[in-house]
This record gives sequence, structure tokens and C-alpha cells, in this order.
Amino acid sequence: MDSPGWNRRSFLKAAAAAGAAAAMPDIAVPEPQVKPDVPASSQSIRLKVNGTSRQLNVDTRATLLDTLREQMGMAGTKKGCDHGQCGACTVHVNGRRINSCLTFAVMHDGDEVTTIEGLADAGQLSPMQAAFVEHDAFQCGYCTPGQIMSATALLREPVGNTDDDLREAMSGNICRCGAYPNILAAIKSVRSQHS
Amino acid sequence: MQPFSFTQARSEDEALAQLRQNSRFIAGGTTLVDLMKLDVETPAHLVDINALPLNKIETLPDGSLRIGAMVRNSDLVHDAAVIKNFPVLSQALLAGASAQLRNMATTGGNLLQRTRCYYFRDPAYAACNKRRPGSGCAALEGFNRIHAVLGGSEHCVATHPSDMAVAMVALDAVVHIRGPKGERQVKIEDFHKLPGTTPQIETVVEPGELITYVTLPKSAFAARSAYVKLRDRASYEFALASAAVALDLNGKTIRSARLALGGVATKPWRSHEAEQALTGGQASDQAFRAAAEAAMKSARPLRYNGFKIELAKMALVRALNEAAQL
Repeated sequence: MDSPGWNRRSFLKAAAAAGAAAAMPDIAVPEPQVKPDVPASSQSIRLKVNGTSRQLNVDTRATLLDTLREQMGMAGTKKGCDHGQCGACTVHVNGRRINSCLTFAVMHDGDEVTTIEGLADAGQLSPMQAAFVEHDAFQCGYCTPGQIMSATALLREPVGNTDDDLREAMSGNICRCGAYPNILAAIKSVRSQHS
Repeated sequence: MQPFSFTQARSEDEALAQLRQNSRFIAGGTTLVDLMKLDVETPAHLVDINALPLNKIETLPDGSLRIGAMVRNSDLVHDAAVIKNFPVLSQALLAGASAQLRNMATTGGNLLQRTRCYYFRDPAYAACNKRRPGSGCAALEGFNRIHAVLGGSEHCVATHPSDMAVAMVALDAVVHIRGPKGERQVKIEDFHKLPGTTPQIETVVEPGELITYVTLPKSAFAARSAYVKLRDRASYEFALASAAVALDLNGKTIRSARLALGGVATKPWRSHEAEQALTGGQASDQAFRAAAEAAMKSARPLRYNGFKIELAKMALVRALNEAAQL
């Protein structure tokens, strides 16, 4: 692929990589990005998603996030930054919360994946989902699936009892709308039910 | 992203045998997948080592702690032996990344993570000696706020971002590596390389080699240890300056000390100068400040990162005070 210097794709990549940085000195023409001598590679994997085992053919480059959203049509898990910096893509793999944007689907052959779509039981919201509704713990809702998945997994982790401990444990989920106080309240209400 | 072929290994032998031209091992993937998306890393083949049986934390008969290379960062944070005997390691790991990333990241991968330098991470910038040897360094005259004040060269001033590695330097860790030439052990202090004229070579790990374990020797200073991390946000961000310290105290006399710095150097930075300044003296705020001055004496500021020199001193003093009061 031949990119002409500064285009939308390279701008978006630069913004993601540079964070708060700089003006645009020293930009050279990006080198051609596809080396034609390595062919695309696909593999067959089995994923157990929300209790249902599925056989999929995936490109080795497909992240778990893109596989869930694009190939399986499960758009509940969100793509916020695609680089592990926001937590919107949080899912559970074998019970642990991870960023699905930073792992390839081919690495998870045989694994159990839980997404936001898998929390409700026969139409009944999970306790954490219900708490988020009751405590108004979201505004635009984009970070919310990741927040709920993160908070649900947190209940199984050795996290301390103070508010600061909880904030720290949830620090991998960013909310641009600032719903943090209500997210904290929602999680605390579920936690106190558990103990 | 470049296409790549993918295989999975279930043993060290398999992992080494599966390597081909332009192969990389993939464990947690938190560095590698990130950089592959940016076309900074372009492997033609990945060997998935997640199934390797290197995921235990064991206390050995001589009292040292052996950590498998595949132990997840989160498991290392919460290990009872680590919290009790090597607390600085648990604190450093907990200060890093996020819970999700810690669940994915591994001991070996954490050591091998790569710099957050904006110019390295964006191939649109032509001048990066680490990514393209000989092309120059855009950070030297560019926006270098997050870059190094220690250990840099005219070729590269990129900071090493790991918290875990800084704590391991303060604990005299030993890295165990296995490859075609057999097994070898490298002191953590020698594991990461200064950029010098070859910033593209970051560690002593050679092509065809695999990190298998990290061991922490039993010591008199490890249990009295602390980590302080200073950054723009309170969480989920890399260090601007950090300090890992460990003290062997007899009353108020410092029998021995270990001091390491993060966020300010091109590799996890052990400060022998500061350790010497403290050894044999009394634990006091004054002594700690003198040690901090010694630690940063050779620091060289760039245009935008001069604040790191004072910040690093403050991190050291705070960490020393915390450790002394344990």
C-alpha cells in the first residue's frame, strides 16, 4: 500500500501513538506497510463465548475484540483506543478480565470468553448490571460494558476494602463522561451484598 | 498489520524449535500486539508460549524466590511470599498498567517491554535509531518530556518504562535464559543495555533465546523495601520518575542499601553512587537527601525533561523514608 505522506490513517495512528505530543516536524513519507512475501494466514479455532462453543476461521491478525465484534456480530464489547489504554474492550477470558484489543483470537483456541452479552441470565440483569442502572453509573454508555465487565471480575480478586482500593482496581477503565462517583457507588453496593 | 503465521508451543524445547526467520515469542502480548498494530514490530511468525509450564512462584531451599517467566504480573503482585519478603516488587507491579493488563502481562514480557517514546512508536517519523539504525533521533531536538536524563547517548534518549524491572534491580535479581548454546544466568543490572551507538539492541537476549525464570536471592535488605512512583495521573500511567529502595538497618545504621530509579533512564537504573553514600551511615532525612543528590549528579537534562532531576530526587527520598519507617 502506498501512502502519500500525511493522510487520515497516519494521522490517527500518530495521535494514538504520540498521546499529548507535538507539532508535526520531521514527518517523512511512511514506508510501504505490507511486505508482499508473507501471505495472510488463517486458522480454525474453537471459542466458548458466553457458554456456547463456536468454531471460527480467523485471520491470525484478528484481535479477540475484532473477532467478537465483526466476525461474531457481538458489538457489546467496545473499541475505545485499540491499544490497551482505556479498558472499553474488557472481557473475561477463563474468568480473568483482560483487554481484548491486545490479544489475537488465535491465541484463545479452547478458551472460555465472557462478554457483556453473557452477564444477564434469561433476561434478568446481573447484580452488577442492575447496580449500574440503579446508581446511574453511566452517561453516554460507551465505556459501560467494559466498566461492568471489569467490576464483575474485580469481585473475584483480592482488592482492599477502601474506596481508594476500589478506584485503583478500576483504574484500567476510563470514563470520559466522568461517571466515576456513581460507578464506585454501584460497585460498592454489589460488594456489600456479597459480604 | 503485517500478516504472520502462528504456532503454539507446549514446552521450552518446542518453543525454541518452532522459531524461524523473523519469529517472535508471544506471551501476554501487551507490548507486542500494541507495536504490531503500529507497524513498529513486524514479525513474520509468532510462537505462542502461553502454555509453557513456567508459571510458578517457588521458594527454593536456599531461601531465594524463583519466578517462572510465564507468571502473570497480577499473580506476582498478590503472592504471599513476595508481599512478605520482597514487598517492593509487589508495590512496583501494582503501580504499573491496569488490572486487565496485569492479568495478561508476564514476568519475561515485562522485562522485554519497549519504550513509550512517541517517535519510536510512530513509523511516520523517519529519524529513530532504535527502529531504523542510522536514521537519527527525533527526540533529541523534539518533544522529549518523557525521555531520559540518565544513560542517554547522541543516538537515543528513550526511557525504559518498566516498574517491575526497577524493583528487580533493587533486589539483585538474576535472569535465567535458555537458548541454542544452553542455559545462562545474567544479573538484572546487566540484562538491559545502554543505547550507546546501538539503541536497537535493548537486552542481552539473543535471537533464538527464551527467558525461563527470574530468581530473587535471599538478602538482608529485601524485606525492608518500598516503591514510589510519580506521574501525571494517579494511576494507569507510566512513571515520570520512580524509585525502588531496600535497606538493611541495624537500629538507625544502614548496613547496606539498594537504590534503583525508573522513568528517568534508558534502562532500569541502579544507583551505586547513592548506595555508597548511604552505607554505614545513619538513616536520616538528611542522609537520604544527600544520597538523592549523588544519584542524580550525572543526570543531563534535555529541553523538556529537566524537571525529572528534582522529581527523581524527591521519589528517592520519599521511598527511603517509607522503607526506613517499616
